[in-house]
Amino acid sequence: MTGFRLDRGGLIDRTQKLDFSFDGASHSGFAGDTLASALIASGRQLMGRSFKYHRPRGVITAGAAEPNALVELRQGGRKEANTRATMIELYDGLVAQSQNRWPSLDFDMGAITSLASSIFVAGFYYKTFMWPKSFWEKIYEPLIRKAAGLGTASQEADPDRYEKAYSHCELLVIGSGPAGLMAALAGARSGVRVILADEGARLGGSLLFENEEIAGQSGFDWAQAVIAELASMSNVTLMPRTTIFGWFDGNVFGAVERVADHVAIPPHNIPRQRYWRIFAGKAVLAAGAEERPIVFGGNDVPGVMTASAMRHYANRYAVAAGQNIAVFTNNTSGQRTIRDLQSHGLNAFAANIVDVKGRKGVEAAVLSDGSRVHCDAVAMSGGWSPIVSLMCHRGARPVWNDTLSAFLPPDVGPQFVAAGSAAGKFVLSDCLADGAAKGTLKGKVLATPKCRDETFEITPMWWVKQSKGKAFVDYQNDATAKDLPLAAREGYNHIELAKRYTTTGMATDQGKLGNVNAIAILAEATGKSIPEIGTTTFRPFYTPVSFGALAGPFCGQHFQPVRKTPLHEWAEEQGAVFVETGLWMRSAWFPQQGEDWLASASREVLATRSGVGLCDVSTLGKIDVQGKDAGRFLDILYCNTFSTLAVGKARYGLMLREDGIVMDDGTTSRLADDHFVMTTTTANAAKVMSHLEFVHQAHFPELDVTYTSVTEQWAQMAIAGPRARETLNKIIDGAALDDVNTPYMAAREVTILGGMSARLFRISFSGEHAYELAVPADFGGGVARAIMQAGAAFRIVPYGVEALSIMRVEKGHVAGGELNGTTTAGDLGLGKMMSTKKDYIGRMMAGRGGLVDPQRQCVVGIRPLDKKDKLRSGSHLLTRGAKPSLANDQGYITSVAWSPMLKIWLGLALLSHGRTRIGEVVQVYDGLRNQHMLAEICKPAHFDPENARLHV
Amino acid sequence: MLITCPHCGTRPVEEFIFNGDAAPSRPRKVDSDSAGQWFEYVYLRDNPKGWMDEYAHHSGGCRQWLVVTRNTGTHEVKAAVAVGDYVRGKAKLK
Amino acid sequence: MKYSVFSLLKNAFSAHQNWAPAWRDAAPKPAYDVIIVGGGGHGLATAYYLAKEFGVKNIAVLEKGWLGSGNIGRNTTIIRSNYLLPGNNPFYELSMKLWEGLEQDFNFNAMVSQRGVLNLCHTDAQRDAFARRGNGMRIDGVDAELLDVHAVREMYPFFDYENPRFPIKGGLLQRRGGTVRHDAVAWGYARGADLRGVDIIQHCEVTGIDVVSGKVVGVQTSRGPIKCKKLGLATAGNSSETAAMAGLKLPIESHVLQAFVSEGLKPFIDGVVTFGAGHFYVSQSDKGGLVFGGDIDGYNSYARRGNLPMVEHVVEAGVAMIPSLARVRVLRSWGGIMDMSMDGSPIIDKTSVHGLYLNAGWCYGGFKATPASGFCFAHLMAKDEPKDEAAAYRMDRFERGYMIDEKGQGATPNLH
Repeated sequence: MTGFRLDRGGLIDRTQKLDFSFDGASHSGFAGDTLASALIASGRQLMGRSFKYHRPRGVITAGAAEPNALVELRQGGRKEANTRATMIELYDGLVAQSQNRWPSLDFDMGAITSLASSIFVAGFYYKTFMWPKSFWEKIYEPLIRKAAGLGTASQEADPDRYEKAYSHCELLVIGSGPAGLMAALAGARSGVRVILADEGARLGGSLLFENEEIAGQSGFDWAQAVIAELASMSNVTLMPRTTIFGWFDGNVFGAVERVADHVAIPPHNIPRQRYWRIFAGKAVLAAGAEERPIVFGGNDVPGVMTASAMRHYANRYAVAAGQNIAVFTNNTSGQRTIRDLQSHGLNAFAANIVDVKGRKGVEAAVLSDGSRVHCDAVAMSGGWSPIVSLMCHRGARPVWNDTLSAFLPPDVGPQFVAAGSAAGKFVLSDCLADGAAKGTLKGKVLATPKCRDETFEITPMWWVKQSKGKAFVDYQNDATAKDLPLAAREGYNHIELAKRYTTTGMATDQGKLGNVNAIAILAEATGKSIPEIGTTTFRPFYTPVSFGALAGPFCGQHFQPVRKTPLHEWAEEQGAVFVETGLWMRSAWFPQQGEDWLASASREVLATRSGVGLCDVSTLGKIDVQGKDAGRFLDILYCNTFSTLAVGKARYGLMLREDGIVMDDGTTSRLADDHFVMTTTTANAAKVMSHLEFVHQAHFPELDVTYTSVTEQWAQMAIAGPRARETLNKIIDGAALDDVNTPYMAAREVTILGGMSARLFRISFSGEHAYELAVPADFGGGVARAIMQAGAAFRIVPYGVEALSIMRVEKGHVAGGELNGTTTAGDLGLGKMMSTKKDYIGRMMAGRGGLVDPQRQCVVGIRPLDKKDKLRSGSHLLTRGAKPSLANDQGYITSVAWSPMLKIWLGLALLSHGRTRIGEVVQVYDGLRNQHMLAEICKPAHFDPENARLHV
Repeated sequence: MLITCPHCGTRPVEEFIFNGDAAPSRPRKVDSDSAGQWFEYVYLRDNPKGWMDEYAHHSGGCRQWLVVTRNTGTHEVKAAVAVGDYVRGKAKLK
Repeated sequence: MKYSVFSLLKNAFSAHQNWAPAWRDAAPKPAYDVIIVGGGGHGLATAYYLAKEFGVKNIAVLEKGWLGSGNIGRNTTIIRSNYLLPGNNPFYELSMKLWEGLEQDFNFNAMVSQRGVLNLCHTDAQRDAFARRGNGMRIDGVDAELLDVHAVREMYPFFDYENPRFPIKGGLLQRRGGTVRHDAVAWGYARGADLRGVDIIQHCEVTGIDVVSGKVVGVQTSRGPIKCKKLGLATAGNSSETAAMAGLKLPIESHVLQAFVSEGLKPFIDGVVTFGAGHFYVSQSDKGGLVFGGDIDGYNSYARRGNLPMVEHVVEAGVAMIPSLARVRVLRSWGGIMDMSMDGSPIIDKTSVHGLYLNAGWCYGGFKATPASGFCFAHLMAKDEPKDEAAAYRMDRFERGYMIDEKGQGATPNLH
């Protein structure tokens, strides 16, 4: 006889029939079922196959620890492998299939491995598959990989949404059984903010299926009344379907709420799951206890389950696993199962089992006296393990208790305490009292209702040694009782080594069912006591959590925020193609019809160098530095001097790290005696700001200076080219710009367009007569449009970062490719900037031998000998004629550009002894792209080396 | 992990950026005699297992540099003060 | 007994009752010629090569916990030799070559699997940096390929090419990179060392280093004093603590790095892939779990566990790279303590104390280095001179200004 639905009882709604399919076959269940209970009710015990031997497996628990009944739930991008049938709330139209079997669950070819099980013992694979060597990747491993694994993950994008949220409370109660409800009620009545979380679909914990009597009513009714009271209180948040998966520093708990896993598709605007970080003043662990299997032959035959699972299915779901049920128990829990099953009219009886017979279902049991008894299901109870996992996530170890034959939670301080059976209180009145005591945060401890108690007694018994059949310790990973002594014999005698060698406890249930049995068996094998063996390390996650929940909405386009400059819309109008630069979107080029990036950028360069161009440089970091000591502060930050800079002037500055390597560069201008505005590179803006704050606050707090990031307050644009001044003169108020009022490196506050405040800097990255104009961010687009209009007569073009980059390579200006975090000022050809007259960040370390070694690679220019050759960044440089080898490697190309001015590919490179090698022909090595060529080393400035164009 | 910023109150750890041991002081001299001090300051660390005063930048909050007293073995946080107060305290001890 | 399919069959007939222990549970002797502190991958490999390649006898490895309980027991199993700088590249390539023959060498299947390591790039600058790196590898005879996005897509069609915040532009592939079953590395070295007479002494914590007139003479341990002529420290994660026993202060901070494994899945991703626009790398173990990690938490730590912000950070990057991962579940996270050095590169060197040798500063690159680290440390300890491939890993490089800084982050350990 297989499983069936009982005529009466259960928390199911028999008026709501739900259809579902499993492995393509149609079944039905009722609202309130889980997939597991509905399948058992349909007579389907076989739900999965084990990992190694592909043994037929049925459901063994009624909860989160289930190792066997794992299925692939849903289809397409919503398919979810390894989903525990015991935790899946049945919904109409549910589609699930079994996994790790081929071709079908009933007939699985993989099961032939069990024929060789005498070879496939623990760790066998470490001893073989080594010959011939090349077979590992080609033959053995692909076979192993195919055979291993459990379910199949989808490779389609998940269409559902996830959310993240934070919550705070004075009292977090984890678990809503008798202890949890009392704790929550005690906390709630004292007026503090309470969160009650439970992994189950319904609150109530064991009271949903155990026959208890509390306060003169059934345990279930009492729980309903308490839950109703809690639900009515404004200081209480009830969180069913919420698993607390980890305990972290600061009494922070991670939780995942399964918001819409109980329906086929989440409703519109509802996330599938919500990840919570809960900050709790105090937390009470009332997660209950896990019933342990007993290790005997055939303890994995479908139809064998824990005693509490057996009565859970009968009482809550009105489902019987069989008609004749042998109950094998070493503690009083088994008696409860016999009584409950008998009350449903089933034939349940106690039995001392040695072996269970049957393959896809229980057929009989062999008893310790050698007799054979017919049965179609077996319930077992090897005792109870308090669910201590969370309390051990921060390093504490659970404590063995001989009387209870269980590990109890450690004392981790008053912020996190266990209550009820999680604390080893296995009698109902103790659970209620413990919950009340632990949940009362102030005032008198809440009084406990009267209840009917049953005593708890256990006689330890772990492993039935007379068993002839395979006796499993870890079901999913197929670790048997014999594997542990084998591991010990071979030297893997520490529990951690035994775990790793046998894979016990490494399955998806993380040893929830099997670990204590494994510890006990290893203790016996090594002649040690259970506490001497101890446990393995408990770590998050208590039960597995989806990537989706942990990622929340931060995926796809929302993986990182997008920063747009104030000129973004203007650039869009101009047809810009944008490129990701850190978080920024920068305009890269502005193609006209038919142009690719290179044609566009080349045209932009030519137009700029012959007329005028406009470029958005708003992404540069801008830091406003003010105060009496602003100049001194900059002297400390930069290796060159700023305190001597005249008001109205700009200066190029170079900033080192304390280890003497260049950190950043940029132009800083003095607007008043006590007022500078600093610019940084786009990439380092945040880092430099933080550096300023550190240097001031930690090292030089005596300086009277303040600094603020104003990057986002200003729109900044470069206006470059021989017609730049004429263009600007059309929008500037008052006197026209000339070399007297605005000489090279001038920095002025001006007004434009009839009164708009702006800052004007005559600085140049392009090498042209150029300006940078900064205006308040919101005016950026308008000003850019006005400049485009003003420059129309000179055929002004917008240019992007590609053209900017070409022009800076033509000019030999260093940028990201050269400021790579390992170059010195000297390497960049800027060694003379390093002052010898003051302390500055990096001064001392910059003097170390290795940083001034003449062999260091320094920046040079490079051009292909054959003008048709294309240089590529990342190519290495060898002495001409030298063979490619590490010893002969002399440097590499850092930046390249096609120069529309010189009609040749140009580059910058870092080359050992570079400055002494101008004119030398070197070998360019590009093995990756198989592009090798000869090239000539030259000075970095390829174009207008005299800088004449700055002044045209 | 939670840190109680003296300016912002108790805040989660991801608002802070850590920058190592705050105990060593930046040498004030820049002559060749002090090279050893500089090397030690920039490169060598006590790296204690246990309580440590460390620089932490409240970059996701007030943007002030703090010195947090934290146990590197347990992640327990005892105190957080503004770096200026820490430096003044250190000077007083000398 | 040599491990082979034949010995396995033979033992199957005697119900596996007759396997010899893979190593003896040795008790400490009063004195050794060489003591290695740290029974992790590097320490065991050092002892193995000292005995096998350099003919040193009378060696002990002291381990405070169980064998392999350090970072060899808690890493993400990746091997590769795709380094940028000349100080590193030959060393990691030596390691790769040793990996390639390791299982036959120590007669233990450690599942060395060269299924490829692919680093994705998302910007032109990243591609240029990969080109520099890849050419540097090829110049040294190491395999490297620069892939464009089409080639990446052919290998891994299920990455996000449709709706990414940072589009994948290509990648750098080292086909000889891959993964190794990490615990088996410790076990193989331990068994090989034990066979050659090395005493592997578990549960023996070093509490002091005895130095007499500038020379090491022995150690104090939880199991009593032990004398030695040479002492090697291979205690990455705790290097500062052990070196301090000899009065040394190191350019190292200890940081926690978290790693994760998903539930077991049928073959999903073949090789190792690193995301270039966030902290995430992933491979799949032979058992089926996706093994993945990201970045260190960022604060000094000796606790072998991290916190949620980094968990989220890593997983976000994972889903950004592979959208279908949203439906996969994370099974377990753990944390290991990294010796974060001041330039991101390791130290294999003598110290100012005569007879005391240091193997430290592995940051999060220690696993792949295990064979070469053991070999080079053994070479140094046996011959008192560095092996060429590890010659750059001198401790005085910081003072002299010859840092080996792959990331260009300077003396900021939590950024390496």
